[in-house]
Amino acid sequence: MQEFDQRRQGLSGLKTMAMIRAFESRMPVLSEERLIRGSTHPSAGMEAVATGVSLALGPQDSIASNHRGHAHCLARGSDPGRTMAEILGRRDGYGGGKGGSMHIGVAELGILGTNGIVGAGIGLATGAALAAQMQGSDAVSVVYFGDGAANQGVLAEALNLAAIWKLPVLFVCENNHYAQSASIEEMIAQPDLKQRGLAYGVPSVDVDGMSLGDTFTAAAEGVERARSGSGPTLIIADTYRYLGHMAGDTEIYRNQVEVEQWQAKDPIARLVSQLLEAGVITTSDWEDIQEEASRVVQEAEEFARNSPFPDASDATQDVYSKGVPA
Amino acid sequence: MPVITYRQALNDTLRAELTRDENVFLIGEEIGQFEGSYKITAGLLDEFGPTRVRDTPIAEEGFVGAAIGAAMMGLRPVAEIMTINFSLIAMDQIVNHAAKIYGMFGGQTPVPMVIRTPGGGGQQLGATHSQNLEVWYAHVPGLKVVAPSTPADAKGLLTAAIRDDDPVIFLENLSLYNTKGEVPDGEQVTEIGKAAIAKEGTDITVIAYSRASVIAVETARKLEEEGISVEVVDLRSLRPLDRQTVCESVRKTSRAVVLEDDWLSYGVGAEISATVMEGAFDYLDAPVRRVAAAEVPLPYAKPMETAALPDAQDLTKVIREQLEATSFFR
Repeated sequence: MQEFDQRRQGLSGLKTMAMIRAFESRMPVLSEERLIRGSTHPSAGMEAVATGVSLALGPQDSIASNHRGHAHCLARGSDPGRTMAEILGRRDGYGGGKGGSMHIGVAELGILGTNGIVGAGIGLATGAALAAQMQGSDAVSVVYFGDGAANQGVLAEALNLAAIWKLPVLFVCENNHYAQSASIEEMIAQPDLKQRGLAYGVPSVDVDGMSLGDTFTAAAEGVERARSGSGPTLIIADTYRYLGHMAGDTEIYRNQVEVEQWQAKDPIARLVSQLLEAGVITTSDWEDIQEEASRVVQEAEEFARNSPFPDASDATQDVYSKGVPA
Repeated sequence: MPVITYRQALNDTLRAELTRDENVFLIGEEIGQFEGSYKITAGLLDEFGPTRVRDTPIAEEGFVGAAIGAAMMGLRPVAEIMTINFSLIAMDQIVNHAAKIYGMFGGQTPVPMVIRTPGGGGQQLGATHSQNLEVWYAHVPGLKVVAPSTPADAKGLLTAAIRDDDPVIFLENLSLYNTKGEVPDGEQVTEIGKAAIAKEGTDITVIAYSRASVIAVETARKLEEEGISVEVVDLRSLRPLDRQTVCESVRKTSRAVVLEDDWLSYGVGAEISATVMEGAFDYLDAPVRRVAAAEVPLPYAKPMETAALPDAQDLTKVIREQLEATSFFR
C-alpha cells in the first residue's frame, strides 16, 4: 500500500490545497460581480478530502462528484482555467458553457461530472466500477457525496450492489455537518455514518477530513482493497465548509463561533506546520507556494474572463451523439 | 420468411447482439436464472454467463445508475426494467443523467445504453402495473424512445437501439409478447425515427404505436370489407418523431384519428394532433380525433379494465363519426 510521505504526497498535496483554497475564495467575488450566475457551491475548508483521495488514485481511475465539486475536479488534475471558464459559462469551459459549476465533466481525466442532483453520482461511480471489473482493468472509481446525500436512497442501493459484486469503488462521504442548512443532528438519528456501510457488508472507516495524511491513508487502503478485487470501501471524512452553502447564503443556521472552531483545525495551516516541523519546507517555501497558487488562479481567472461566450446557435448542438434533429 | 413471436424476436436479437459485441451486457431483475418475468432472456444466462446476463437486486435507481456509469466507460448495457411502472424509481437516473450527460458535458461522453421495459394494461395487473408512461420519456431531449408493434420491428429496432450511441427507451407491451409475425432472417436494423405505413389506405389515417397499432391494423382490415380504406401509420419511434410520414398520410386522406393506450391528456395524441395542425391543416376535412384510455387509475376487475382501455370498437366508432362528419357516406 502507498504510505503517506510528507516529501511527496505532503508537499504535492499542500500545493494542490493552496490552489483549491485560492480558487474557491474567488467564487463569492465572481458571484458578487455577477460573472457567475445560477448556483455555485464552494468547498473552502474541505480541501484535504479531495486532495488526499486524488493522491491515492492513478490515471486509469475515475471520479464522480457532486454540486460542491470544483475541488474534486482540480485535485484530479482539471485545468484551472478551463474549469473556471465552465463556471463562468464560457466557450473554453470543459462543456463549452453547457454545464456550469454543477455539470463539469472531463472525459480525459475520468471525471464523470460534478452533479446537480444530490447523491446521483453514487450510481454513476458504481457503474464505472462495474465497467472496470467487466473489462478486467484494475481501475477504481470514487464517488464524493455529503452527509445530505447519505439520506438518499441511491446510497443504500449502490452500497448493496457494490458489496454483492465486490466492485472496485470508494464511497467517500464528506460529512461537513450541514445539508444546505439542515444540520446532521436534526436530520440523522444515528450520527455514526459508517454504520450505513457496515450494514451492507462494506468495510467502512471514519477519518479526520481536515488531515491530508489521514484522508490519503484511508483512500490508499480503499484503493488497494478495490484493486485487489476485494470490493468497495466507505470513508466518512469529518470536515467543514467555511463559506455558505452557496453564494448569498445567509448562514442563519450556524454561528461564527462554530466556524472559527473549525477554522482553528484548518487543513492547510495544519499541514504547513507539519511540513515546517519535519523540515520538508521552509517559511519562504510556503510563501512561494502561496504565491504560485495565487498566480495560477489569477491566470485561470484571466483566461476565463477573456474566453468568449458560446454562440447562441450552440444551444441546440450535442443533444444526441450523432446530431438527431430535435 | 420465418413466423415467430414478438418474444422470440427479442430473445433472438439479444442473443445475436451479445454474440456480435462483447461490450453488450444485460442487467436487471430476474433476467438470469428466472429468464425474465416475461421470459425474454430465456437461455441467455446459460450461453453468456452471469457477468453478461447480470441479475440485480430490486434496486432500479441503483442498477440503472450503474448501467449509465458503465455506458460512460464504453460498455453497452441493455437494462431490463420489469415493467415501465418501476422505471419511475429510476426516473432521476434516466432523465437527469442518461439523457443529459452527452449534451451538458459538451459532447464528450456518449451514453450508449438501452432500457427495455414493457408497458400497457389489459392483464388485470391493476393501477400501478398497467401504465403507459412512455410519453414521459418521449418528452425528454437526449433520450430516444422506440415502441415496436410487430416481431419484425421488435428485432430491427432492438438491434438499432443496442447499436445506437445514445440512451434508448425500448418500449415493449405485455399483450404483444405472444403475437406472431414474419421476421426476416439475418441482420436487420430498423432506422430509429422512421414511422411505417402498416397498412395503406386512402380515406382516413389512423396513427398509432405499439399495441394500438395492432388494433388499428385489424380495424382497418375489417373496415376494408365495407369499402372504407383506412391507412395506418405505425409511429414505431416516439422520439425522434417522424412528423413527415404522419403529415404526408394525412395530406392524402384528409382525415386523422390517433389511437393510443395512454391517457388522453398531454399524450402522444395531443402531439400528433398539433403536428397535423402545423403540417397538414389545409388538407384536413375535420378536426383530428383522439381515442385513448379513460383518465382513471386502471381498475383491476375485468369489466372496468376493459371499459377503461380503448379497443377496436372505440376506434371503429370514431372512424365512422369522422367519415360521417365529412360526408363520406353520401
